[in-house]
Amino acid sequence: MSNEQQYTFSKEELAEIEKIKAKYPDKKPPVMPVLWMAQEKFGHVEPEVQRLVAETLDLPEAHVYGVATFYTQYYKEKMGKYVLDVCTCLSCQICGGYDILHYLEEKLGIKAGETTEDGKFSIQSVECLGACGYAPMMQITNDVYCNHLTKEKVDTILDDLKKDKLPEFEQIPFPQHQNESSKS
Amino acid sequence: MSTDWKSFQPLLIPKIPNLHKIDVYEKNGGYKTLKDILTSKDHTPESVTNTVKAANLRGRGGAGFNAGLKWSFMPKPDGGPRYIAANGDESEPGTFKDRQIFEYNPHQFIEGSIIAGYAMDITAVYVYIRGEYRSWINMFQKAVDDAYAKGYLGKNICNSGFDLDMYVHSGAGAYICGEESSLMESLEGKRGYPRVKPPFPAQKGLWGRPTTINNIETLANVPLIMKNGSEWYTSIGAKTHPGPVLYGISGHVNKPGVYEYPTGMLISDLINEVCGGMRGGKKVKAVIPGGSSTPPLRGDQLDGVRMDADSLREAGSMMGTAGMVIMDEDTDMVDVLWRISHFYHHESCGQCTPCRDGTGFLEKTLIKIKNGEGETRDLDLLLDLCTQIEGRTICALADAAAWPVRYTITRFREDFEKRVKKSAFALA
Repeated sequence: MSNEQQYTFSKEELAEIEKIKAKYPDKKPPVMPVLWMAQEKFGHVEPEVQRLVAETLDLPEAHVYGVATFYTQYYKEKMGKYVLDVCTCLSCQICGGYDILHYLEEKLGIKAGETTEDGKFSIQSVECLGACGYAPMMQITNDVYCNHLTKEKVDTILDDLKKDKLPEFEQIPFPQHQNESSKS
Repeated sequence: MSTDWKSFQPLLIPKIPNLHKIDVYEKNGGYKTLKDILTSKDHTPESVTNTVKAANLRGRGGAGFNAGLKWSFMPKPDGGPRYIAANGDESEPGTFKDRQIFEYNPHQFIEGSIIAGYAMDITAVYVYIRGEYRSWINMFQKAVDDAYAKGYLGKNICNSGFDLDMYVHSGAGAYICGEESSLMESLEGKRGYPRVKPPFPAQKGLWGRPTTINNIETLANVPLIMKNGSEWYTSIGAKTHPGPVLYGISGHVNKPGVYEYPTGMLISDLINEVCGGMRGGKKVKAVIPGGSSTPPLRGDQLDGVRMDADSLREAGSMMGTAGMVIMDEDTDMVDVLWRISHFYHHESCGQCTPCRDGTGFLEKTLIKIKNGEGETRDLDLLLDLCTQIEGRTICALADAAAWPVRYTITRFREDFEKRVKKSAFALA
């Protein structure tokens, strides 16, 4: 596919970037937040997008490339519309994280690191996401956390995502707040 | 001093509905301590630092260093900018506590940061939050906006003439950025490569200026200390490691989660009383007390072991982040150790050879053992590798990778022996 997409920031986005710049005393620090903005808008930060970020911030492309490739959350290539990041690290590992990963792989017919043909889903096996007490869990496209996963819960989430319905943020009550109220 | 933990009321995440809202926080006495400090003549930056130092508030991010003492390393103000980098990177496997503060009590952390800012004559606080915590970054940004709107941040805070800005900076997926010098590199918009020390951050930190890095939970303790005094604070929990602490407990317990109790809790109480015992009534095989880098303890050696620096050192481990991972008798320690090693291999920044190559070698050898292709001598090879790795790198990631290998093999050797073939020509 060679239809070169033109990547640009809108006037509003450029104004937003000016606000980001004002937070730092130097030219380089906005790289990370602006890469985030770009990824939000374009869905990835492929080299063309990195070039846009470099030009916008008046930085060498090599610097932006260096930063983009250091951090795992920046997508250096196009991903599925919904990226399912399944935590398989330590606490999730011992609480069935790999079972959830394999269940997803089976359901979607792809392996971790791959994207479905229709471009809807990617699966990744990722490192600790900081939800250890709510294992197993996954994060959807760098955004919402889905905790206490079961096969049934995964089914529901996938069905919803197929209809472009993202799960809502789950507030997990602080246990000591709960215990006391149930006692009284 | 042993506080009765059963009657302990949470102080970092108190049981007040909607405390994350600034009005509710103010109604419950929030920001009053800050106002007192900024407007009364009884307080000076030095007196605040000394009170925090006397309280022996030990950093909650892993190293457990006295926070007030750290503050006192900052040089005298010279009129130029000075920074706090608040560390909310929270990526150590087993750790999920700081996000509770962002969600349930962000203003206590903000208030603590402003007090710390006053004590060290700080220009701006950069709050570095791991990129995965998008939901919590948004929640916390709202709290910062509210604090600006009420005049607790920005120019002339509480009409005291003191100015302080606070900015939220999102990471993007890199465990190493929880290391303080790597965090500064990341804030400066670069790859998160740890810096060689010295110079230490207090001398030359963000943009070459004096900087102090504190953990989120550490700073959330500051308003408590300033409100109630250092004597009150040191009366909570373990004598040499006092205060309330957020225990993040995960793994094979009935009720995992984050709990706030005094330091010095018996591990057995945390498992059996707080978390409702082991799932399925199973036995405890192993406990990782403070995140994946802290050496695991055997389940049959937990008698009398408490969650504080001294007791854990005696038992052969560390407090770390108090992110406890509890494993039952069915857990295969070979699999667990492989997964931990995979993590450190993945997260090594690649600057230092012993870490870049060493973590890969550790993982490769563990995969071999896991697949039943290892030999007895591979266990000794792993231990030897640890010796080659430890203490030979710029930052502590390599040590954090080596310790679990060393102590899982030495303490759970029977699991490993079962998986390896006897070396064909073993030493006599």
